This record gives sequence, C-alpha cells and structure tokens, in this order.
Amino acid sequence: MSDSKALFGRVAVVDGMSEHPAVEAILAWNPDALTDAKFDRGELTLTIAPDEIRAAAQTVQAAGYNFFEDLTAVDWFPASPRFQLSYHILSHGYKERIRLRVMVEEAEPAVESITTVWPAANYYEREVFDLFGIRFEGHPNLRRIMMPDDWKGHPLRKDYPVEGYR
Amino acid sequence: MAGSVGTPILEAPVAEGASDQHLVLNMGPQHPSTHGVLRLVLEIDGEIVIRVYPEIGYLHTGIEKTCEAKFYQQVIPLTDRIDYLSPMANNLCYCLAVEKLLELEIPAKAQWTRVLLAELTRLNSHLVWLGTHAMDIGALTVFLYTFREREEILRLFEAVAGQRMMTSYFRIGGLSMEPPLDFFPRVQAFIQTFPEKIDEYSNLLTGNPIFVNRLKGVGPLSAADAIALGVTGPPLRASGVDIDLRRDMPYSSYEKFQFKVPISTAGDTWARYLVRLDEMRESVKIIQQALDGMPEGPIKADAPKIVLPDREKMKTQMEALIHHFKIVTEGFAVPAGEVYQGIESPRGQMGYYVVSDGTAKPYRVHMRNPSFATLQAVETMAKGRLLADLVAVIGSIDIVLGEIDR
Repeated sequence: MSDSKALFGRVAVVDGMSEHPAVEAILAWNPDALTDAKFDRGELTLTIAPDEIRAAAQTVQAAGYNFFEDLTAVDWFPASPRFQLSYHILSHGYKERIRLRVMVEEAEPAVESITTVWPAANYYEREVFDLFGIRFEGHPNLRRIMMPDDWKGHPLRKDYPVEGYR
Repeated sequence: MAGSVGTPILEAPVAEGASDQHLVLNMGPQHPSTHGVLRLVLEIDGEIVIRVYPEIGYLHTGIEKTCEAKFYQQVIPLTDRIDYLSPMANNLCYCLAVEKLLELEIPAKAQWTRVLLAELTRLNSHLVWLGTHAMDIGALTVFLYTFREREEILRLFEAVAGQRMMTSYFRIGGLSMEPPLDFFPRVQAFIQTFPEKIDEYSNLLTGNPIFVNRLKGVGPLSAADAIALGVTGPPLRASGVDIDLRRDMPYSSYEKFQFKVPISTAGDTWARYLVRLDEMRESVKIIQQALDGMPEGPIKADAPKIVLPDREKMKTQMEALIHHFKIVTEGFAVPAGEVYQGIESPRGQMGYYVVSDGTAKPYRVHMRNPSFATLQAVETMAKGRLLADLVAVIGSIDIVLGEIDR
C-alpha cells in the first residue's frame, strides 16, 4: 500500500484511484461534494464540502467503511479557511483506513454532526467543540467535555497560549 | 468544578415516562472501582440503573497542546504519561507515526525488540486489569498474584530502559540503546514460567462460583452496538468482531509472527475476561517467537540527522558531534504532511494523528485512545441492570482515565 505513488489533487486521485471503493462511492453519490483529494504516504484523504459531511459519512459507511475511528481538528491560523476537521474511518472488510477532511471557515465555525451515522462520534465532536470551538449542528449533547463548563476560550486554537492566560 | 452544572441527568433527573421514585446518585470521582478519576452520574430506580452519564476531564493536562511546543523527540516522554499502564504502546504508536512522516526505514532488530516489548506491555497492562477487576468483584487474592508477575515485568523494563513505568525507550528511528546482555535470557526465563501463572489465575477465578455469577450475562454488548459506539480491542472481540490491527494491518513487522486472535461471541463481561486471558497466552507465544528469531544488526536507523549518534562516536568524530548538537538544540525538520498511525494497544485501537508543517515541532498531535471511545458504551452495557453490575462492567472494559482525559 505505502509503496504506491503519491497523488495530489482531485484530478490525480479521481484518475489514478477510480477503482477505490470510497472514491467510487463518493463520485457515484455526488461528484461535486468532493472538492480535493490526495494519496500520500499510503493514506487516502478526501476533502468534502462542509455542508455535505453527514451525507458523505453515510455514503462511505454504505461503501464498507463501517468503523468510525477518530475525529479531530487542526487550526491553520491565520490561513483561511482556518479549521480542518479530519475524520478517520476504518473498514473492517478492506482492512483499510480513509480520511475525510472538511475545511471550516473561522467565523462561526459549524458543521453537521455525524452522530446519527456513528454514535461513536459523540465524545469526539464534544472534544473538538470544547478545544477548538467548532459547533456540530444536531449533536444530542454538545457541551464541554475536558474543560470546566465556565471555561473561557478554546485551548487547542493556535492563538491560545501554551501556558494559558495568566 | 468540571460538570457541577450542565449534567443532563441533574437537569432533568427523571427519564421520560418514569415514576418519581428515581434517585440521582453520584459515583466518583474518587470511587475505588472507577480506576482513576471518573465521575458517573447515575439515575437509579431502587438498585436498577436507568441512565449513566460519565463526567470526564478531571485529569486533563493538555498534553496535545504541550506537544505543539516541543521538538519531535521531546514528545516521547509525554506519550508515556497518557497511559501509565502501557507506556510502550504509546511510545511505539507515536514513533511509528513520525517515522511514517519521515519515511524512515527501521532496522529489523529494533522492530522485533519493539514487538517483544509491546507484548510485555500487553501482559503488564492485562495483569493490572485482572488484579483490579477481580478485586472489584471481591476476589482480593488475585491482585497479589498478578502484581507478583507484574513486578517481574517492571524489572525487565527497568533493565532495558532504566525506568519501571515511564519507559520512553523507543526513539524516532529505533531504540534508545542496546538492551543489556542478560536481557533476552531474563525475558526467556520469565515467559518460561508465565503460562503456569496464567493457569494459576484461571484456577482462582474461572471456576469460582461467585466470580462467575457476578460476570456471566452481565453487561452484554452486541457486535452492532460495539461498532456503532467505537468500542475496540478485547471488548469488541468479545462481542464477536474479528479485528486485530496486529494481524489485519500489521506494523513493526507483526506480519512475521504467528498468533491467534481470541474471539468470543457472548459479548458479556465474562467473555471479555476470557478473551483477555487468552490474549495473554498469545502474547507469550509472540514473545517466544521474537526471542527465537531476534535478528542481528543495528538498533537505530541510518539517519545521522535524525537519530542521535552513539556516545563513543560523538566523543571521537567531529561530524557526529555536530549532528548531536544540532539534533539536541534545534531538533530535526520533518517534511510537511499528515499521517495517522494505528496500533493495537492492550486496550484497543490506538491511533496517533501527526500533522507537520515542515518545522522541527509538530504542528498538531492527536491521540486516539481506545478508552475514550469505549467509555461511551458504559450506558448501553449497564442500563436496566443492578448498580453492582456497573462495577463489573467498568472493570471489564479496562479504562485508564489518563488516556481518556489526556
């Protein structure tokens, strides 16, 4: 897997990996939702349009990527769009993992929750909400999970000092 | 205090359609059976658990944030402290992730030694689980037996790393130093007798009617629920899902080892107990294969700009001294990119997500820790059952609060 060549960009991945079950499923469902893609160091990353993530999660789940493994965010401050959400989805059948990537704007960052697809995302979305301040619409219990309820700020944002505010 | 407000059960203490007999009970954060600082807010009807709301974050130390301020090699000691019962699993996962970013080739001897130590870590972790789980149920003796063997494993860790618990023995590019000369014979002596010790624990518990009745049929979890809730590792395999990353997505040359993956379909607390007990036996086999086939050769990758030079070379060769100075003072740049490395830790699927922006410090490090996801399944397992069963359920999913809160 890792010895295959790296592919960067939507066109390269769509041309080079059209047989891949996840790529195939996403293209069959809604080719416009796939805005970017890369295959680097043996890992496939599919960038999904922000308002399509729940449907995209459903699509890859139906395509055999049955296990939600991880969700986290990256703060690319001061770039725009500022936040990147990385969903890691594992397939028990293919023994393979894909990454769904969503770029979120800085102002009022919010995406749809995928807890209806995988209830396991519950804690992960709360963690991202707590530490990055990204809201998940439709989450059943979106409240802070690590920090106290009355905490100010979101510690994993890049403009939050490592030592905290003194 | 974390969550003293904003707990759903406290806001609406009575589940829909219930009588007003329900009681809200606070279990933890200092309850002995929660294995750390876990607070469970329970809604109970008599002794029957209606709802469970885990409140976490008491041990949150912002390790992910701290990682962003350190050089890549300085993150390794932080990873020990996430899960203090399986430090080597965290070290391994982090090192593999960074090595994937660097596209670094690791020598065979280092890979095999990593496998050997990762399996010793599994034994170490499972021994603590077994001792404390049995203690929760009321079988106090087992704890003393398992800690007797665990002590031996910790001595082995001390021999190899100089530290009993926070080992930090793996390095990006290999191992920190050669294992001492008597290390492999000592491991051999340990695993020679260890299978008998597993039989000993089994004799104490498997036929013990109190233990069996407290565990059998308690806390069932179906395969579908386990997958939906993100449960991994022994609890997932005890629910009948045959997945083990060591076999299915091998890393660090696990593909060269022969071992079985214990499975059970019952999905209850008892099944989880049996699966872990069998896993210990398989770990012994893996360690034996690692000892028998241990390759010769270097223990560090040939990458002078990333791996610290040997002490002797540093004192005699100018090049090595320069590299040493550069690595220690400036770190080493890692090519930009993002990787996710998953391994099978004693508790389930662990994953490190490392993002690099091309500098010597990681832009983002995220840990996917198995306990965090598994904790979500507690309510499903404990609902509608006795309060005392909740204690058995928590023991059986083997959570470590350090890795939940990070």
